[in-house]
Amino acid sequence: MARMKFICDSERCIECNGCVTACKNENEVPWGVNRRRVVTINDGVIGQEKSVSVACMHCSDAPCMAVCPVDCFYRTDEGVVLHDKDICIGCGYCSYACPFGAPQFPSNGTFGLRGKMDKCTFCAGGPEVDGSQAEFEKYGRNRLAEGKLPICAEMCSTKALLGGDGDVIADIFRTRVMRRGKGSEVWGWGTAYGRAPHPQEKPLAEKS
Amino acid sequence: MRHAATAAAACLLTLGLGACSERSQAFDATAARPDSPGWRGAQNGFVAPGYQPGDKTRWQTQLRQRAQTQNEYVKTN
Repeated sequence: MARMKFICDSERCIECNGCVTACKNENEVPWGVNRRRVVTINDGVIGQEKSVSVACMHCSDAPCMAVCPVDCFYRTDEGVVLHDKDICIGCGYCSYACPFGAPQFPSNGTFGLRGKMDKCTFCAGGPEVDGSQAEFEKYGRNRLAEGKLPICAEMCSTKALLGGDGDVIADIFRTRVMRRGKGSEVWGWGTAYGRAPHPQEKPLAEKS
Repeated sequence: MRHAATAAAACLLTLGLGACSERSQAFDATAARPDSPGWRGAQNGFVAPGYQPGDKTRWQTQLRQRAQTQNEYVKTN
C-alpha cells in the first residue's frame, strides 16, 4: 500500500468549512484548537481567489519530527505522522518548524498555560490501544483502525478534499483534471511530499 | 600475577573510556511508545459494517475501496 496523503482541490473547495466542523465534532477537539482550517489564497484578487483546506499533511520528511527535542513523534507504516502526548512537553518547536501551521496548543489554563501539542492524526489516533477510550480522549477517533478514512475527506460535500492511499487519490484527482482540462496544481504537495523520506537519502544529482 | 593486573587494568580502561562514549545521534529512533498497526482493528463498536479487521491485505483493500467513494466519476446518478 502506498502512503496516506491528503489532496485539496482548490478548484472545488467552496470554503464551507464542513471539514473543519466535522473534524472538531468527530474528534471532540477543544476550544481554541483547530486541527483543520480553510484558508483563502489570492484574497481580493478578482478571478484568482482560491480556498484550500489545510491540516497536517503528514510530510515525507516531517520537519516537526526533526526539531522535537523529546522525540515524541513517530511515523506509522502508512506514513501517518503521529505523536505521543505523554512525552510532548508543549515547547512549540514543531509549530515553528511546520510549513502548514498544523501543530495547535490548547491554552485554556490559568495564566495562558500552554498545553501539549494537538494536531491532525489522519484520524489514526495515537499510541494508546486502538479504538480505546484513552486514545479517544487524547487523540480523537481512530477511523483508520475501523476501516474508514478521515472524516474531513469522507464528508466533504464537493469532494474537494481527498484523503487516503496516495496512489488512489492521485488517480481520482488526475481523472478530474483530465475531464475539466485545468486546475492541476495541488497546493502543498511539493512542500509535504517533495523531499526524500529519509534525510540521509540524497537526490540523484548529488549522488553522481 | 602481573598478567592478571594488566588484564584488570585493561578492563578498567575499557569500561572507563566506554562511559565517555557519545550516544548515537542518528535520527532513526523515537522516544514514543510503539503503536499497534491499524489493520489489527479498533477495540470498539464503530468498525465499518461488513469489514472484519485483523488481516492486513483486507484492511488495505477496504481502505482503497472506501477511497473510491470520493470518486464521483464511478458513481451512477
